[in-house]
Amino acid sequence: MSSQDDGDDVALELDCRGMLCPLPVITLARRISEVEVGERIAVLADDPAASADIPAWCRMQAHTLLESTADRYLVERTH
Amino acid sequence: MTDSGPSPRLSARESRRPARAYLDAASSEPLHPAAREVLVEALDAGWADPARLYHEGRTARLLLDNAREVIADALGARPDEVRFTSSGTTAVHAGVTAIAAARRRAGVRVVHSAVEHSAVLHAAAVAGEPDEVGVDRLGRVDLAAFADAVGRPGVALAALQSANHEVGTRQPVAQAAEVCTASGVPLLVDAAASVARDNVPPGWSALTASAHKWGGPAGVGVLAVRKPVRLLPRWPVEEREDGLSPGHPDVPAVLAAAAALQARRSEAAELDARHRDWVAGLRKRIAADVPDVELTGDPDDRLPHVLTFSCLYVDGEALVTALDAEGFAVSSGSACTASTLRPSHVLAAMGVLTHGNVRVSLGRTTTYDEVDRFGSVLPGLVRRIRAEAGL
Repeated sequence: MSSQDDGDDVALELDCRGMLCPLPVITLARRISEVEVGERIAVLADDPAASADIPAWCRMQAHTLLESTADRYLVERTH
Repeated sequence: MTDSGPSPRLSARESRRPARAYLDAASSEPLHPAAREVLVEALDAGWADPARLYHEGRTARLLLDNAREVIADALGARPDEVRFTSSGTTAVHAGVTAIAAARRRAGVRVVHSAVEHSAVLHAAAVAGEPDEVGVDRLGRVDLAAFADAVGRPGVALAALQSANHEVGTRQPVAQAAEVCTASGVPLLVDAAASVARDNVPPGWSALTASAHKWGGPAGVGVLAVRKPVRLLPRWPVEEREDGLSPGHPDVPAVLAAAAALQARRSEAAELDARHRDWVAGLRKRIAADVPDVELTGDPDDRLPHVLTFSCLYVDGEALVTALDAEGFAVSSGSACTASTLRPSHVLAAMGVLTHGNVRVSLGRTTTYDEVDRFGSVLPGLVRRIRAEAGL
């Protein structure tokens, strides 16, 4: 699946809008194994804590946050 | 009292509950015994209006002046530089807005770190144009960026806390003061988190503090302003406290606050060593026993009594509630524990995990057993909350 207008190759999109912390991060952690190493997950999250917690999760778990724009986070599985 | 009516059964009820361990000294400390003694005496001796010229008024005035001398000495200020306000928050509000108003011709920008107490952020927004300076992962202000912001034209004042109230990291106040002096910008130091425990580095233009953080009564704030710094209060001004805090001061509470601060400062070295040791031990233990935990703040250059950490995949409110049920009183910077549902601006500015956050802070009556029991109970609670979330 590569459906983004901006041309990202996104293997999985997680719609976590409406979820409160820590649910978006829990969802991301549960489902990262559904993509291959090197593939990307897009996370949609509008909880104010997500803008701090998704980057922090990537750092703590050693995955790569490629970009974050407004309510969308693009994460690459690195291991 | 009859058997059929309601009767106090505290002891029976308490016996079924775990012992309470108050580990939120950074929010407020219980009244220091030295303050209690002075407060009770001063309620009888210092009730009159200290502005009056008869015996009772002059007695109250003497007590107020005495408190001013004691607190000035503890802060490294002159007595006539110290004003009492009705809280630490009002001290910050009055200091920031009155200094900024007096500096209107120099500019309107209020430079401050991103991790100041909300009182500073709110006051900066009212006083002028906030100019926020970022912090590193440990919560320490970017000194070069701070110097750059202060050095540009149009700055009314700068504000920097002595140490962070949420994560304990000390700020480079002495260097910030040099930078401000070189640019002719007044520096307000919010020292509420550290006054009873650390000497505030010299060089501040204004300093604020709050008595209930050091075991004094609530309702007593301190605003010390160096003599050459001009103030222009933007509210109805009267003669009391140089117009910075209107109304009849609570003389007994102010004197009790002074007694508590004096007592705390005489105990500071002993408490510092004890708390530093216990916090360092607990920090290591949590890192070892709780998987996926982020310990926040500077591990060394910090307040002695504060330890903050965030547990991945854990709801902060659930953790605070579970700890409370086990007898522990702790605070949290997680969004779900705030009425706004926004995470702590301090944790967000540091770029650390904001959910599953807990701040432990030790007070003068905290025992090693309490800290030890916290270290024993925490891993199981975190495991349980994660299991409930399906992890």
